[in-house]
Amino acid sequence: MTAVTSGIPAQTRTEPTGQPVLRLHDAGVRVGGRTLWSGVQLSIGAGEFTAVLGPNGVGKSTLIKAVLGLQPLAEGEIRVLGQAPGQAGRRVGYLPQRRNFDASLRIRGTDIVAMGLDGDRWGVPLPLPERFSPRRRAARARIEEVIELVGATKYAHRPIGQCSGGEQQRLLIAQALVRRPEILLLDEPLDSLDLPNQAAVAALIGRICRVEGVSVIMVAHDVNPILGYLDRVVYLAEGGAATGTPQEVITSETLTRLYGTPIEVLRTSDGRLVVVGQPEAPARHSDRHAPASAEEADRAAG
Amino acid sequence: MPLADAVTTAWPWNPLTDFQVMWSYPFMVNAFRAGAVIAVLAAAVGWFVVLRRQTFAAHSLSVVGFPGASGAVLVGVAAGYGYFAFCVGAAVLIAMLPGSGKGRGEESALTGTIQAFLLACGFLFVALYKGFLNGVNSLLFGSFLGITTSQVLLLTVVAAVVLCVLAVIGRPLLFASVDESVAAARGLPVRALSTVFMVLLGAATAEASQITGSLLVFALLVLPAATAQVLTPRPGLSLVLAMVIGLVVTWLGLTVAYFSPYPVGFYVTTFAFGGYVLARLVAVVRQASLVRRGPLLRSAV
Ligand SMILES: Nc1ncnc2c1ncn2[C@@H]1O[C@H](COP(=O)(O)OP(=O)(O)O)[C@@H](O)[C@H]1O
Ligand SMILES: [Mg+2]
Repeated sequence: MTAVTSGIPAQTRTEPTGQPVLRLHDAGVRVGGRTLWSGVQLSIGAGEFTAVLGPNGVGKSTLIKAVLGLQPLAEGEIRVLGQAPGQAGRRVGYLPQRRNFDASLRIRGTDIVAMGLDGDRWGVPLPLPERFSPRRRAARARIEEVIELVGATKYAHRPIGQCSGGEQQRLLIAQALVRRPEILLLDEPLDSLDLPNQAAVAALIGRICRVEGVSVIMVAHDVNPILGYLDRVVYLAEGGAATGTPQEVITSETLTRLYGTPIEVLRTSDGRLVVVGQPEAPARHSDRHAPASAEEADRAAG
Repeated sequence: MPLADAVTTAWPWNPLTDFQVMWSYPFMVNAFRAGAVIAVLAAAVGWFVVLRRQTFAAHSLSVVGFPGASGAVLVGVAAGYGYFAFCVGAAVLIAMLPGSGKGRGEESALTGTIQAFLLACGFLFVALYKGFLNGVNSLLFGSFLGITTSQVLLLTVVAAVVLCVLAVIGRPLLFASVDESVAAARGLPVRALSTVFMVLLGAATAEASQITGSLLVFALLVLPAATAQVLTPRPGLSLVLAMVIGLVVTWLGLTVAYFSPYPVGFYVTTFAFGGYVLARLVAVVRQASLVRRGPLLRSAV
């Protein structure tokens, strides 16, 4: 099955030019004695928008964690901005897969964004008024700027628990962006958003990628909201992976070969892709991320 | 109670003389000093407890303090040392449990089981120390009598150490409390932070127990912080506010308890609770006025 990766002739055409910001070479991961995926080849250039797709429990979040250096590889190699995973520090922004913040959490959106800037610093900052501290002035300006960028200015001063799912997601994207990372890793940021919000947040991420030149790697359950912005997709399956442009990878032929079971990709009149017959990954006994997996599977399938 | 008698003889009521009399008792001065130290420490640590939703852990630690204190009295040591030994010891244990600190599922059941057993041990110690039965009330519900100057010193040193550690780890701890996965991805030692915080919580619980007793530590540990967080979502401001609220309810409780025959734990808890209810009311009123002003603003645009 790993042969699928090299089995896509067109892939060579889409190799990024220049130094790749992220490179996976024959990468494989095992959790709890089970191989999630292996033999993954991937090379992502600066400023590209990449989607990581696949059924629930296949190891998409684990791939993101491997890139962050939180999940060791069983085989192969990952290079992030030319370094080992976890070494690139502030040059990588991350938005984990999550449920929403507790409604009773009494911390403002701005504070959540500010944590992205200096929340990992030890010690207390001197309570100097901003007038005397150029650094605090700069920090505040950057926080305001990034909140403006994601369009959250109106509600950033509200307790984050009282913001809607879409508002929270924008603030969290601002948090991930506040240090001007070169790579943005987003784990299902459209999860649990209604359709208009999905479209709006997808457009925001597309804009961040194009205008700010940030390389975006985004896990998605449904490719349609981001289809228009994508440069590259990674389809994960038990064992292997298929990588390439959306046109190459999201086809009946490639997915059937990847999953070893008949899969049909249909294109609706409005350009949406519908994947029919996508298998769920086996042995999913402790998938903490999938409280509503049946529903999500439905969504992915149609 | 002689204090209450002393007050009744001071009629007609003269606040100035009454306060002068109160301050002339060294144990009252010590109680106010200890109360201030404890209130500030408990509010600061409690602010993170509320944020991290670890009130169950805090409760467990406080209950564990009771056998500690009664055991200490049984072997002839000041109760304060028993509080510290058991609360901090239990904190280390809870921190070492798998998936520590979040008070969920199996872990909280285990903590609860151990807590019940230790509470029973406390009663056994009390029963073994026959002459001490009157002291049970103060171990469970608090007392301010008999705080010595050297105890105030110990409380202050412990509080200073805890606050210093909290100041150093404060920002990463806040980050890890609110957003654990991102904090971990940033390379923060999330697990170690939660262990260290648990130990700080043990020390703070032991201190608070010495004013409010084991069963009423929430009055100083949770209520001021919860009240402050209701009043403002600004982290720095609500932290300072929590300390001020803690200090005010403690001193108020001590003063009123001095002039009345009823225990200090009751007053401190009642004032803290009253403050919380008041804060909720303020929040409701504020919310209502925002809603009322909302359409007006929109129509003005
Ligand atoms: N630390 C872990 N230990 C054991 N199994 C894990 C661990 N992390 C994830 N898994 C398992 O690995 C599989 C893939 O998880 P994940 O990467 O979250 O999938 P996805 O994001 O694609 O839904 C799941 O079956 C999950 O239960
Ligand atoms: Mg996932």
